[in-house]
Amino acid sequence: MMDLTLVPDGGLGWLDASGPMANVVLSTRIRLARNLTSVPFATRAAETDRRRILRDVERAWQEAATARGGVRFLLDELSADERQLLHERHLVSKELMAAAAERAGQSGAAVFLSAHVGVMVNEEDHLRLQTLVSGFAPGQAYGQLDRLDHELGAVLPYAFHREFGYLTACPTNAGTGLRASVLIHLPGLVLTKEIAKVLQGLTQVGLTFRGLYGEGSEVVGNFFQLSNQTTLGKSEEDLLDHLGKIVRQVVAYEEQARQVLLRDASTIIEDKVWRAYATLRYARRLEFEECMNLLSGVRLGVGLKLIPGLSVYTLNKLLIFTQPAHLAALEERTTHDAELRAVYVRRLLDDEAAAA
Amino acid sequence: MKCEHCSEREAVIHLTQIVNNSVTTMHLCEPCAAEKGVETTASVAKFPLGDFLASLGKGGSPEPAETGLDIPCRVCGATLRDFRQAGRLGCARCYESFEPHLRDLLRRLHGSATHVGEVYRALAPASAAPVPALARGRDGDLAQLREDLRRAVETENFELAAELRDKIRVLE
Repeated sequence: MMDLTLVPDGGLGWLDASGPMANVVLSTRIRLARNLTSVPFATRAAETDRRRILRDVERAWQEAATARGGVRFLLDELSADERQLLHERHLVSKELMAAAAERAGQSGAAVFLSAHVGVMVNEEDHLRLQTLVSGFAPGQAYGQLDRLDHELGAVLPYAFHREFGYLTACPTNAGTGLRASVLIHLPGLVLTKEIAKVLQGLTQVGLTFRGLYGEGSEVVGNFFQLSNQTTLGKSEEDLLDHLGKIVRQVVAYEEQARQVLLRDASTIIEDKVWRAYATLRYARRLEFEECMNLLSGVRLGVGLKLIPGLSVYTLNKLLIFTQPAHLAALEERTTHDAELRAVYVRRLLDDEAAAA
Repeated sequence: MKCEHCSEREAVIHLTQIVNNSVTTMHLCEPCAAEKGVETTASVAKFPLGDFLASLGKGGSPEPAETGLDIPCRVCGATLRDFRQAGRLGCARCYESFEPHLRDLLRRLHGSATHVGEVYRALAPASAAPVPALARGRDGDLAQLREDLRRAVETENFELAAELRDKIRVLE
């Protein structure tokens, strides 16, 4: 049985909403794709190759100062529910889960986790170094990741090409191997129907957007992931600077849209926000998507200071713990998911209301 | 500017096409563009690399490069055809085996094929020096730096060589 209490902060340090702009930008994540020389990439690697990669990374991880106090999870030893739980916490990608499922028992798929950084092993690339921090803080996130990268790179021979930079299984990641993404909540732009234009603008300036769970996922609850589209031809610093400039602009648009809503449709917005709160507080059944959309409404209400005494931390916690695998881990699956979800939401909101 | 199609809404999509060697520009609003099947943000963003790669091979006259599709990478045995199908390369050396193709592809994907980010200081082969010594060497062990310099010159990595030479001078 997987013991998540071994993971520093349970991998959920970012939930505390302590970072800059944490009401709109939930988290900043950066990942670096790295591969070892003289071992084939995932599509052509044999089981012995994958074992060797895992062994080498483990050795390097144990020597790394940044990784001190960390833990390791081998996906081959976890149940489907446990893998899903790690995925819902954004600690394991969909691709790593797919790799583990496809090569059942011999995938060598693993994730190493410490307080601020982690490494996925045997994903599409041999290593995917990653970090996740609260709010909008690309500089802080990259600093931590860069240290780990140096520590691992001092022991592991990375595949690097003078002209093309760090070499990756997919050429879309070559060069820096860096993908920085922010999880951002944009209900104002969605309600004022400005969102399509903003998203279109993003693709024109070299950014791309995805849903809550990364590549190929649907947009739910007005949560978007914005990230850099290209990884080659710009330095790490420039990539992060550029993303930072654009994200700040998007946040400004969002704030503007919210002010317009308050000015021109204040009753409609207040009604929407309070109905969302009321439903979450008293409903007896909540389906996943409905819950996400209601949480989006309440988050907007908290951002606009319409709902007093409710913290962003609680909202973040609800976002994570009402996901299917988290509900399943909460207690024995005797009741229906939707009922369990409603019970959990009610309890947290009651606690918060009693404390306020 | 009003949409050319419905003349009602504001035109936000300006589509320039080359049809029969002449350039035409259409100004459309979002609904009309969607109706006409013009790709909007969402569809472009979800456009998978595999399709993009496959489309490179289609349309127009076959390029001379197409003949090399089945020549394998000398290290892992993957071919360009494999790459086009999977969208993933077989190993790090594929970048050298298919260098001209990849340079071209990287340029299309990223707008540049030249890495300007952090430079990885390659490790020496494990047989020549034990790994722990290398890890220490990062911070200016003089003998290690001289060894690194020799290797950098050998592998013609002159940028790195210059950097190492400067470091050695400082330490001396």
